[in-house]
Amino acid sequence: MNRYLAARAVQTVLTLAIMSLVVFLLIGLMPGDPIDLMISGDPTMKSEDAVRLRKAYGLDKPLMERYAAWAFEALQGNFGYSRSYGQPVLTVLWPRLLNTLLLAGIAFALSVAIALPLGIWAAAHPRSRADYLINLLCFAGISAPPFWLALLLITLFAVKLGWLPAGGMADIRPETPWNAALADQLRHLALPVLTLTLVQLSGYTRFMRGAMIEALRQDYVRTARAKGAPERIVLWHHAFTNALAPVLTILALSFGGLVSGALITETMFSWPGMGKAIYQAILENDYNLALIGLLVATTATIVGNLLADLGYAWVDPRVSLSAGTA
Amino acid sequence: MTAAVLGRRAWSRLLRHHLARVSLIFLVVMVVLSLAAPLIAGLRGVDPTQTDLFRRFEPPSGQFWLGTDDLGRDLFQRLLDGGRVSMLVGISGALLSAVLGALIGVTAGYLGGRLDAFLMRFTDGVISLPLLPLLIVVAAIDPRKLGVPAELAQSETFSLYRIVVIVALTGWTTVARLVRAETLSLKARDFTRAAQALGATPERIMFRHILPNATGSLIVATTISVGALILLESTLSFLGLGIQPPAASWGNMLTGAQELLQAAPMLAVWPGLLIFLTVIAFNFVGDGLQDALDPRSERR
Repeated sequence: MNRYLAARAVQTVLTLAIMSLVVFLLIGLMPGDPIDLMISGDPTMKSEDAVRLRKAYGLDKPLMERYAAWAFEALQGNFGYSRSYGQPVLTVLWPRLLNTLLLAGIAFALSVAIALPLGIWAAAHPRSRADYLINLLCFAGISAPPFWLALLLITLFAVKLGWLPAGGMADIRPETPWNAALADQLRHLALPVLTLTLVQLSGYTRFMRGAMIEALRQDYVRTARAKGAPERIVLWHHAFTNALAPVLTILALSFGGLVSGALITETMFSWPGMGKAIYQAILENDYNLALIGLLVATTATIVGNLLADLGYAWVDPRVSLSAGTA
Repeated sequence: MTAAVLGRRAWSRLLRHHLARVSLIFLVVMVVLSLAAPLIAGLRGVDPTQTDLFRRFEPPSGQFWLGTDDLGRDLFQRLLDGGRVSMLVGISGALLSAVLGALIGVTAGYLGGRLDAFLMRFTDGVISLPLLPLLIVVAAIDPRKLGVPAELAQSETFSLYRIVVIVALTGWTTVARLVRAETLSLKARDFTRAAQALGATPERIMFRHILPNATGSLIVATTISVGALILLESTLSFLGLGIQPPAASWGNMLTGAQELLQAAPMLAVWPGLLIFLTVIAFNFVGDGLQDALDPRSERR
């Protein structure tokens, strides 16, 4: 087990190192550089100043050399400043990470709570009308563009009906009592959570249904039925426990993706989260913020993968974790 | 052509799948309409590239079938033009991913060993990346810094090729895994061994014996990925990083829609509805193909 974790840790560090290099090079290929932005912000700047500044910031050096310098600083915990916020990158990202976890966490819990029963119900009644309907809705769910779903929900609930705010996190002042503040927060959460839930729900339901159908087809289910076990026991004891392992894996995998997966939803609803921060950092040439944001998102998916593997071994005792399987 | 690839029996099974049949008809109509868009525009006497600020937000009428957009252009024609671009990107992206994925999958599966381990680790690595933000970075890079001449870099064709490559970067992973799995099972079959015994080279076995036998699942995976890639293209275009205006794509037609929800909510409905219907149609056809090609599978 310890050897397994050590191997995974080495892998994680390696992946992050490769990722940081790739992203650093990609960002180096984006239009303009920080000095161009300074020039556009300061009309008194001359071209000699630009040359001098490029030299001072080390931007005249080749990309690889700049990456080495960046990595040297990053390894000492110095991740640099965000250009657009004028604050250290981690100070900018930390509250946004929490906002994303709040939004994505609620949506994740909600979609799992709906998807698992739906998938099990559909698998227990294959070819029934309910199964057909669930399947149809799942197809609709995976085919709807998330940003369009958000647009429709905003049109209906914010523009036409005026029930819910179209974006933002809160419109309260500090003196608002806590219960009003909570209600306000929930009102702002409603539409983004709904969007994200609808987006994720269908995939999870299909996985659950597929895994249950697969489990119900196994010999041990036939044996259980043959010896007269009640259908409820067959379903929950024999089939569900066996279908759980692959489903848990998928859930853990997608949980890691939530940090960046909410990008569209956050952007549509001006929710100040990680995805929106990364997207804006890329648009505004905020190199440090984009780079660290992407690395944080990658770390989250890697942790999700690790949880998936550990969870699989925990649910299914036949799976042993050795360094070789990593 | 499709009938020839599938065989007559699979084809008739596909047509018995109601949703797949309806979807297929819908897709054929969409493709024909969007290809014939310039012709239709000529017949109707409207020019979808012509802006007219005195005719903004016109309601649907005999002249403008679905009304006009925020720049006074005919919405119906723009939708057809956008559809041509979106479907072209989706289909060519899916074909490119199929080629890439099939090459990687068959090589990994047939040659095995270290190469297999490396290729599959790489595939798993790509799958586990936060793809959307990364693709946004890739879409934002300046081709001129890669040595592409400025003239070419700003041309419309280049931006089209570029988005096809970008969406294909995500699509190949599923195909590679699938083809590898198929290869592993086909590798152990008698016809492969017979070919080996006759002294066929690995390339010949991979491309003449294994890949043709994996065509079925390859077709299913490609069809389904067309839908996924159209979604991805529309997302990137919506964010302003895909197809650039004034060229229309369903995604970039929605870019300004959020600010115009009060003035013209229908501008936000139509392009999204077409993306939705096209993607779901590709998914239904993929589902139908899967059933048609593998009648034993326990599905509806």
